[in-house]
Amino acid sequence: MNMVVTLLLVTLLASTALAFVYQVTKGPKQAADDAKKNFAIKKVTPEFDNEPGKEAYRIASFDGGDSLVCYPAKKGDHMVGVAIETWTMNGFSGLIRIMVGFDTTGNIINTSVLEQKETPGLGTKMTEPFFKDQFNGKNPESFKLSVKKDGGDVDAITASTITSRAFCDAVTRAYNSYKKGGNNE
Amino acid sequence: MNNLQNFTKGFFKENPVFVLLLGLCPTLGTTTSAINGMGMGLATMVVLVLSNMAIALIAGAIPSKVRIPSYIVVIASFVTIVDLLMAAYFNTPGPNGELSLYDNLGLFIPLIVVNCIVLGRAEAFASKNGVGASAIDGLGMGLGFAMALTILGAIRELLGSYAIFGIQLVKSDGMLVFVLAPGAFLALGYLIALLNKIRTSK
Repeated sequence: MNMVVTLLLVTLLASTALAFVYQVTKGPKQAADDAKKNFAIKKVTPEFDNEPGKEAYRIASFDGGDSLVCYPAKKGDHMVGVAIETWTMNGFSGLIRIMVGFDTTGNIINTSVLEQKETPGLGTKMTEPFFKDQFNGKNPESFKLSVKKDGGDVDAITASTITSRAFCDAVTRAYNSYKKGGNNE
Repeated sequence: MNNLQNFTKGFFKENPVFVLLLGLCPTLGTTTSAINGMGMGLATMVVLVLSNMAIALIAGAIPSKVRIPSYIVVIASFVTIVDLLMAAYFNTPGPNGELSLYDNLGLFIPLIVVNCIVLGRAEAFASKNGVGASAIDGLGMGLGFAMALTILGAIRELLGSYAIFGIQLVKSDGMLVFVLAPGAFLALGYLIALLNKIRTSK
């Protein structure tokens, strides 16, 4: 009996402490997540003066699966670009989420990795400029979004071909879905 | 054993990685670079100090048959608290988009729960000693763990990507095997052999 009471007390105490810390940290955590997202939007779009976070809308993924979130960047009433939160399940450890920015003609402006669980020191190199900056300024119409090994135009990361392919997959998903669904403004 | 010995035993004599061979899963998994190893080591140290203190406080009241589940609940709670706190307060990206501390370490923090050093110290030390001594033990063991992971991470980073603490020394790709798991075993094995040699020759 004594053992049951002790275990009950320990778990009760632990869960109370956790609930308390969760309540306290909920707000700041949300704020930090928003700040990170806004920062990513700013990085991948041209200068804008609206609030893309408030005008966000969802578009269907071109090949099914989860929908993508679009953040339109406007200057005055003009559309100057769009940031698309895209994803792929083909990473070495599954899900990778990337923010991709396009200008109005469909050129990739910049990319920013939001979430990834790739092998540290190998797949994580996709967040480094030498890999991800090769997409900047390219238009997926003329720039084949697959690694050179597969006949595309992308220089893969040494020993991380799977991650490189996944990155291409996510960018392709953003472009194809946006071309199919959006760009009607 | 006095406090100083308590503190320093984790560095060499009872180093958790090189001598006790505890917590090898995070050791091998997170030491792909020196900075990753150090981050994991320091995060573990924080949890180790907190859990050692809490367990020293409650150990007397816990029947020995349920002590292991109780300790695990305490440790898991502290890990979750550290994780939540870091996600809330160490999660703002730098002015130029540098990854936040939480982004860099977020992956490793839940791994601390399964680190047997934390449970090992609770069982072997904190449950039999006072709060102060347990805190010192946690700090010493944690620092020893952090040191071991930093050394291993530095060696693997040096051989695997010809860099140290993220600074590229030679513009080349390095020996990839040292970034991958087999390289971790190789590097750790040679390090332990070297340290055993030093220890036995004294």
